[in-house]
Amino acid sequence: MREVFIEDLFRVFAEGAGRIELDQPVSELMDTPFSAIGYDSLAMLETASRLEREYGVTLSDDDVNDAKTPRLLLQLVNAAQTR
Amino acid sequence: MSTRPTAVVTGLGIAAPNGLGTEDYWASVLEGRSGIGRITRFVPDAYPSVLAGELPDFDGAAHLPDRLLPQTDRVTQIALTITEWALGDAALDPTGLPEYEMGVVTASGSGGFEFGQRELENLWSKGPGHVSAYQSFAWFYAVNTGQISIRHGMRGPSGVLVTEQAGGLDALAQARRNLRSGAKYMIAGGVDASLCPWGWAAVASGGRLSRSQDPVRAYRPFAPDADGAVAGEGGALLVVEDIESATSRHAPKVYGEIAGYAATFDPKRGSGRASGLRRAIDLALADAHLAPRDIDVVFADGAGLPAPDLDEAEAIAAVFGPHSVPVTVPKTMTGRLNAGGGALDVATALLALRDGVIPPTTNVPAPPVRLGVDLVIGGPRRRPLAAALVLARGEGGFNAALVVRAPR
Repeated sequence: MREVFIEDLFRVFAEGAGRIELDQPVSELMDTPFSAIGYDSLAMLETASRLEREYGVTLSDDDVNDAKTPRLLLQLVNAAQTR
Repeated sequence: MSTRPTAVVTGLGIAAPNGLGTEDYWASVLEGRSGIGRITRFVPDAYPSVLAGELPDFDGAAHLPDRLLPQTDRVTQIALTITEWALGDAALDPTGLPEYEMGVVTASGSGGFEFGQRELENLWSKGPGHVSAYQSFAWFYAVNTGQISIRHGMRGPSGVLVTEQAGGLDALAQARRNLRSGAKYMIAGGVDASLCPWGWAAVASGGRLSRSQDPVRAYRPFAPDADGAVAGEGGALLVVEDIESATSRHAPKVYGEIAGYAATFDPKRGSGRASGLRRAIDLALADAHLAPRDIDVVFADGAGLPAPDLDEAEAIAAVFGPHSVPVTVPKTMTGRLNAGGGALDVATALLALRDGVIPPTTNVPAPPVRLGVDLVIGGPRRRPLAAALVLARGEGGFNAALVVRAPR
């Protein structure tokens, strides 16, 4: 398993949905909702599809939809890798 | 006393093959400089037509935030960029204005072809998991309206018109209707961009493009040996608002008024009945409360094929009398821009009114006398201009006529 960190997450977001200029380090955004960061539901969908490909996991749309913050999405991806 | 709004144009955003930005484009047009050449964005050798009007050096990344790039086709990147130019020209900042009082109406002939092509490549070369989630809307005709609306918080009455080359005029007329039903500011016009292998397969197969390889010989509307048009990419988006709003906010420029408009549909081909173009002109003039003698110049559709050129010449001569009004086709320098064409012609007509100069039609000899067309060739014609008529015809039978007047 390759543990996914928040820097990886933001890299994949940038690749699939475009980079966003941030005022603070991504490590401080663990509990900031993606909607507040500037990534909408389609950005989530595109990023989830890229995470699936890159990390060899399967993520359900409902689970991705419920993962509203980087912490929750990281938990989801890392848990999927151990299954 | 009527309180019906007077729709005026207060900002222009232009992307044309012979100029990016209003003044670059306008300088090119007056100098007769063409943006038509052999296609460079892909190798066109396998297609029947190899010439097009390509935008010079347009790179969306130079104009837009990174966040918008993965979700937009080139056509939307052009539309978003020239919307900013139009808003800047109008000195209108939508931030903080009531979002339901601002709307967007764009015309589109073909949506985001290149985006769709790339996702088809991903699908067949890598698999369905590699198709972008943004394919869901990035290809769609309404996408320019949607993206402009989202970016600038313009959530009032909005829409998209799909009437091929007539769309640019139809969109501006719809913006005027929206002002009448309460909107305060509208972004309106059209942009198209289909210069990719997949888009060109559709564009070049319509039988309406010249097969000439010579940029000077291709696209010669009203010439006896006209053998088709050249297609191009780009268009124009305009800020449209009520004159009272423009006055009260001290808008820096009022280019002119959208004074009249009409749309008609042609009868079925082969029916023997006349085209609907003349009726569109008559109705647009009536809507503007103007007589034919009040019109100082006609921006013709200029299909560049003998039958529709004859149709158009007859309609113009029937309304104005033979050789009685100057006619011009500046799109001979850009190619036909699909939904972008009519919008760009309206912008061009407004610049002509502003500067008192009729831009030329290039590469075309004097039309046969029997057509009755006083075509402006050999250079621009300077004279005071008070009103212009713009015509646009879309494949499938769409006719649109729009009258612009100089500010009063």
